[in-house]
Amino acid sequence: MRDIMTDDLLTLKTETDAALAGATDLRAWDAIRVAVLGKNGSLTGLLKELGKAPPDQRRERGAALNQLKDALSTAIEGRRTALENAAMDARLAAERLDPSLPPRPGRTGLIHPISRTMDEMAAIFGAMGFSVAEGPDAEGDWYNFGALNIPAHHPARADHDTFYLPGENGGTPRVLRTHTSPVQTRTMLTQEPPLRIIAPGRTYRADHDATHSPMFHQCEGLVIDRNITLGHLKGCLTDFLRAFFGIGSLPVRFRSSYFPFTEPSMEVDIGWNRKTGELGAGGDWLEILGSGMVHPRVLANCGIDPREWQGFAFGMGVERVTMLKHGIPDLRPFYESDIRWLRHYGFNPLAPVTLHEGI
Amino acid sequence: MKFSLSWLKSHLDTSATLTEITDTLTKIGLELEGVEDRGASLAPFRIAHVIEAVQHPDADRLRACKVDTGNGIFSVVCGAPNARTGMKAVFAPADSYIPGTGITLKVGKIRGVESAGMLLSAREMGLGEDHSGIIELPDDAPVGVAYAAWAGLDDPIIDISVTPNRGDALAVRGVARDLAAAGLGTLKPFARAKIPTGFEHPLHWRIEWPEACPWVLGRVIRNVKNGPSPAWLQNRLTSIGLRPINALVDMTNFFTVDLGRPLHVFDVGKIAGDHLTLRPGRGETFRALNGKDYTATEDDCVIADAAGVQSLAGVMGGEATGCDENTTEVFIEAALFDPIRIALTGRRHQIVSDARQRFERGIDPALLPDAIEAATQMVLSLCGGEAGPVTAAGAEPAWQRGATLRFDRLAGFGGLEVPADEAVAFLESLGFGVQARDAASVTVSVPSWRNDIAAKPALDQAPGLDPARAEAAAAGVAAMEPECDLIEEVLRLRGLDAVPAVSLPRSAPVPGMTITPRQSRSAVARRTLAAQGLAECVSFSFMAQSDAALFGDTPDALRLLNPIAADLDQLRPTPLATLALAAARNATRGYADVGLFEIGPAFQIGASDGQTLVAAALRAGFTPRSWIESARTVDAMDAKADLWATLAAIGVPMEALTITTDAPGFYHPGRSGVVRQGPKTMLARFGELHPRVLAALDLTGPVVGFELFLDAVAEPKRRKKSAPDLPAFQPLRRDFAFLADISVPADAVLRAARGAERSLIAGVSLFDVYDGDKLPAGKKSLAIEVVFQPRERTLTDAEIEAAAAKVVAAVTKATGASLRG
Repeated sequence: MRDIMTDDLLTLKTETDAALAGATDLRAWDAIRVAVLGKNGSLTGLLKELGKAPPDQRRERGAALNQLKDALSTAIEGRRTALENAAMDARLAAERLDPSLPPRPGRTGLIHPISRTMDEMAAIFGAMGFSVAEGPDAEGDWYNFGALNIPAHHPARADHDTFYLPGENGGTPRVLRTHTSPVQTRTMLTQEPPLRIIAPGRTYRADHDATHSPMFHQCEGLVIDRNITLGHLKGCLTDFLRAFFGIGSLPVRFRSSYFPFTEPSMEVDIGWNRKTGELGAGGDWLEILGSGMVHPRVLANCGIDPREWQGFAFGMGVERVTMLKHGIPDLRPFYESDIRWLRHYGFNPLAPVTLHEGI
Repeated sequence: MKFSLSWLKSHLDTSATLTEITDTLTKIGLELEGVEDRGASLAPFRIAHVIEAVQHPDADRLRACKVDTGNGIFSVVCGAPNARTGMKAVFAPADSYIPGTGITLKVGKIRGVESAGMLLSAREMGLGEDHSGIIELPDDAPVGVAYAAWAGLDDPIIDISVTPNRGDALAVRGVARDLAAAGLGTLKPFARAKIPTGFEHPLHWRIEWPEACPWVLGRVIRNVKNGPSPAWLQNRLTSIGLRPINALVDMTNFFTVDLGRPLHVFDVGKIAGDHLTLRPGRGETFRALNGKDYTATEDDCVIADAAGVQSLAGVMGGEATGCDENTTEVFIEAALFDPIRIALTGRRHQIVSDARQRFERGIDPALLPDAIEAATQMVLSLCGGEAGPVTAAGAEPAWQRGATLRFDRLAGFGGLEVPADEAVAFLESLGFGVQARDAASVTVSVPSWRNDIAAKPALDQAPGLDPARAEAAAAGVAAMEPECDLIEEVLRLRGLDAVPAVSLPRSAPVPGMTITPRQSRSAVARRTLAAQGLAECVSFSFMAQSDAALFGDTPDALRLLNPIAADLDQLRPTPLATLALAAARNATRGYADVGLFEIGPAFQIGASDGQTLVAAALRAGFTPRSWIESARTVDAMDAKADLWATLAAIGVPMEALTITTDAPGFYHPGRSGVVRQGPKTMLARFGELHPRVLAALDLTGPVVGFELFLDAVAEPKRRKKSAPDLPAFQPLRRDFAFLADISVPADAVLRAARGAERSLIAGVSLFDVYDGDKLPAGKKSLAIEVVFQPRERTLTDAEIEAAAAKVVAAVTKATGASLRG
């Protein structure tokens, strides 16, 4: 630069740099900018005078002036940025927020544990090819009992503690379903086998104490096909229980029992520790669901020929498996809608049940 | 059913341990309920002879004893005042655990004298509270013998739960038979008695109702001496919780449990006339053995003499003809009753008796002659006397039937390969008799006591079934059911654990949708409402009728005939009602500000299946108090925001919705709305709850909510989305304020503005509503922002003005509102 720049130009550069360094706010800075680059500024003046220079010097003088202009512009803009940054720093230094303050209120709600468990059941059984079937809570007597080989005099009826509703036009009283088996009945009547369904839903029995609620939830299942054996029943339920409780080695025991709608019938136990409540170990057995091969009469009552079709059915208490899985000690709060309980045991709606994220 | 181990062993010859027996019971379907084994904790304690008891040299209150335990002579220091030379006592050796004190004994020296054990008080053995001294045994108590065994305390009581199909297992002999079949010993032969008869007696049976009682036997025994039964019989009964009464009655209770064969004894001296008649009741009242009066209906089978009803047949006998210590002539009844009628009679009169329990499950129809002989023999041995002849009415019904098992079905149905010989052996050990057998199958006769096997199929087929289909299915039952019965017997004895578990075969490489679109809508609504900040509840479907009435009709058809509690008698008209109750409960716990929702049934007469699925939500009280924004009470727009979020999430086309102001009476009449889709479909309603409803439920402060009728939501059409509208030009926003009548719905203004120039207007939103006193009475101001979206070029001022004029004109035309100056 020095080689082409004349002394007057160098002086202007030096003076401007010094002035900029002395400017501590944008107003002082702007005064310098106008004094140098403004309409009457010193550099502007020099540029205007360029035309008066002798033609032989004009070219060299022009180049020098352009060089000076670039240098001054850069210096002036650079100073502005510096001053603006300093000003912002000063302003921000005064703008203080206590970052420990609580954020704007906004609370995500919760999914009830019963819904969560039913979703988990749908996911696991869904992976095994089941679909979810539903039916009404208030049922005709036949759907809840007769179709399922529980005639009016059957001792099993006394065990069911049924709630009754007045019959239509003074007819047979309707019942609040004592199990979700009527959904199986309806499915067999409306769909052709092969069938794989689960029926989760509300059920009702006239029983109210620490371990019984007049309303509770069941999930029943039904598989009808040509070659389904008791071995498949064991495999399906073992697969489910191990996936549901997340214990691949969960001991599962099948015990001979009796239900009117299945034959052979069996209770299913899982291994646990009676003292600690820990599942999967401990050498004790805990009854967890009922199951069996669908009774030929039940198939025939729904128009299915037991010579052609066979299969199994099962049923479990939704609350019961939920309590076991999550260590919930008491049944009654499930229906109390106590906000404290819901917040404690409820589930995040944005982390729904999916097999790929884990159940 | 309860029985003692020794009772079981009177029928079962076995070396199995108690644990083997109880494990097997559970395995074969006679589930163990519990074992009471007092003997186990007393096992170390033996009967001992105190050879010498002298004063301890260094302690006033102690005695130094020499004790012969039968296993050596030990020195024992004893503090009991009654310890004395020559007595028989109970000795606990070193290292034994003392149940009453929780201490394990150690050999030690007490004030210089060795003590190698302990002489026990009743309390120390856990047998009572007596601690005044050590137990004193009679002089003939055998030294060295286990005390529990000698005292009869080592007989464990086994309690099993018998399923309704297994009437035969409500008998100790039946349990023994099952255990023997399962490989736990052998069933002892049944000792048939044949009693010589010595005299004639006119008392006889008449059956007037053979359907209820097909067969009955009876026998008079005279010159009996009734009184307390002997200790062994009393012990048997008390060990299982039955109260000994007198020898004759105890005998009937014994056979009820021993053979599952209920019997009844009449005092002949109290019977009027020369016969007992089995007939339907005629409304007579009689006093039963439990001291209560019952009125026999024409559906009850009774036993009557000339004086009237003396027994509810098969359920409970009568007091008037019962046996007591003065009875000298007894008539034993052994009858067969129709199980269904017994069950219905028992239920009708709410009588639970051991007899009913067995008759309603069905008893062994072939056992009557043997049973009456066995009963006679016991009466003669307990009470002496002389037996008359057996008198009978009716006849043994034809119970004989067969069943066939194809061996390959054990695997094809039961999932377990069982060798044919093994399967047949299991059946034979249960009492089945082989009638025919080839390589593929076996046909067996069913024993008389197994009325659950190859029973006459009772079908209850769906009324509307195609007749051919129904007939084929019924034929299928006849063919398959007996075989299923036999497969079950083989599998339960073989053990279900032996059946290999097989995972279900895949129905498709990737399973299809598990839930229906309708169920999916519920799931999305559930997650949306929870994401809105509401907590999901699951509340009862029933509630108090008086509370339900606050929320709509409470028809009798939806009122339980047998509610469990007065406040749970009416099916809820809407889940919003039970949510309101939940809010009230939370408020009384100090949590008045809650947001709750529930997706569940609302019960309505007109709805298909009597119910409709409703997503209901409720917010009560105040929004959260915060340093950023102050708390405010919830209002109807909070409810609408929750509702709108849910409707949008489940795919309802929001532009098409209209809102009317005819919400039902439990909503605030001025702060509520009904959301409609087209003229017919009501999708939802929302608003503040009516203050009267709140007052009735003890709820203070505003409560808002909504009900979304999920069943009314149409299946969203599955079509591909159109291409997005992404114009290159910037939109332009203009604000307008309109002065409108107070009654003009905001929605009408927004719709009119939106429709003013569809190609240009991309959106309209309301940003201010004002109806304060700066406006003329009856007027309000609605301020809207209109977004104009140029598409081909930027708009000129003239075009913008023209469009704005169109907006004003359209709004004015539609609503009468004018642009505010």
